[in-house]
Amino acid sequence: MRIFDPHIHMTSRTTDDYEAMYAAGVRALVEPSFWLGQPRTSPSSFLDYFDSLLGWEPFRAAQYGIAHHCTLALNPKEAGDPRCVPVLDELPRYLVKDRVVAVGEIGYDSMTPAEDTALAAQLQLAADHGLPALVHTPHRDKLAGLRRTLDVVRESALPPDHVLVDHLNETTVKEAKDSGCWLGFSVYPETKMDEGRMVAILREYGPERVLVNSAADWGRSDPLKTRKVADTMLGDGFTEDEVDRVLWRNPVAFYGISGRLDLAPAGTAATHEGNSILRGGE
Amino acid sequence: MTHPHAAPDTAASGASLARTPPEELHARLGTHLDAAASAWLDRSLDEAAAHPGAHGPISVWELRLAEAGRRCGPVHADAARVLILHAARADTTALTRVYRQGTADERRAVLHALAHLVPGPEALPLVEDALRTNDTRLVAAAVGPYAARHLATHLWRHAVLKCLFTGVSVAGVTDLARRARGDAELARMLRDYAAERTAAGRPVPDDLHRVLALTESAPTPPPADAPHGKES
Repeated sequence: MRIFDPHIHMTSRTTDDYEAMYAAGVRALVEPSFWLGQPRTSPSSFLDYFDSLLGWEPFRAAQYGIAHHCTLALNPKEAGDPRCVPVLDELPRYLVKDRVVAVGEIGYDSMTPAEDTALAAQLQLAADHGLPALVHTPHRDKLAGLRRTLDVVRESALPPDHVLVDHLNETTVKEAKDSGCWLGFSVYPETKMDEGRMVAILREYGPERVLVNSAADWGRSDPLKTRKVADTMLGDGFTEDEVDRVLWRNPVAFYGISGRLDLAPAGTAATHEGNSILRGGE
Repeated sequence: MTHPHAAPDTAASGASLARTPPEELHARLGTHLDAAASAWLDRSLDEAAAHPGAHGPISVWELRLAEAGRRCGPVHADAARVLILHAARADTTALTRVYRQGTADERRAVLHALAHLVPGPEALPLVEDALRTNDTRLVAAAVGPYAARHLATHLWRHAVLKCLFTGVSVAGVTDLARRARGDAELARMLRDYAAERTAAGRPVPDDLHRVLALTESAPTPPPADAPHGKES
């Protein structure tokens, strides 16, 4: 089984996770830029983070046989912080880089005017750079947040089939599907979706344009949730081809819009015993 | 590249990129790229030579440098980037900017290009930055001919030791034999490292014995382009 996790924050995870993910079938992933769990104090903090997503993290992933890509953006939680907003001026020089496969995560957190501005500006940046957009939907007041998100997408230069709306659930899936956007679901141990509910949604709405991710980060989360959904799908009678569609071909199709997917792990020549990470504890 | 089918970021191909004259590199690369990639590269080199303006906050040739991986494929991206840097006649200021704003792949290309573009030691901070990382692709690219020519003795010894620590083959360390010859301090560092490995019940890397043997040769007078800077 081959798995593409389309949303996972590997910067927050250990090499044990990479090892377990590879063993579970994960061969490719996308790491969206997000916040750090505490506020950044300047654009420089974003730049170091972006550099890591374009340098160190792909190297780490490659050592475990996993192809790493990223999406870059000013995230929703910090879009209203005037200390962080100037990073928007730095994004154009980053959005041209190889392995940047979308603008994201963008979207709403508290649905403020500042978030409106950042979302619209970054949808335009995506259109300008030939990139799709990964749009986070808010955790509070979710359905209203989805509707406002879809309104902004409709007013943007980006067609809906270049937009992935993420963190969907039973209350938002129908309107998201009707919009023509790609549909992302984050499967978590306690919040967001779980495996059984995910499979029920797949039964009701079908696998078309559906992406399933672990969204694992520094909080309570599980980088193997993609595999657990695949196993639950098979247990529920979905075919291996349908599992492959949801967990590999759909993310490849969506992020492939960028023309920048490279599914061979970067720098595989370094993937040998004795490299810096495998020997880091010695 | 001398070994077009080899993995793109081995030390051997990196040293080759740093040593091969750009005209020869271009001719070789031309035989491996498909028509679209080849046309893209030729256009990019013309643009780089002409410096025709900007793409938003960066110049057009820096945009071409950024997108070389997806245009030429990852195997040929390093060579394409070295050629673009050369065509742009990038000086230390430009190389430093490109390195600092670059992905790991772009940084590696800058390191390979140093020997072609910077005659003096002024770009050493980039080599030192790469040697501070734990990315073996950058470490391997940092120990090419530019470091052989300019890196001060203390930092050069640590670079060799870092290769042993991180599993970067010392075969990619340019001028290893010349610089190691008769270096008693490097020999001491190697013996101490071997003792540490042995005390921990871990194997001593074969490369360590190889470098140790090189240090035991008699020293020779330094060549005209001896390393700059003092030991620190």
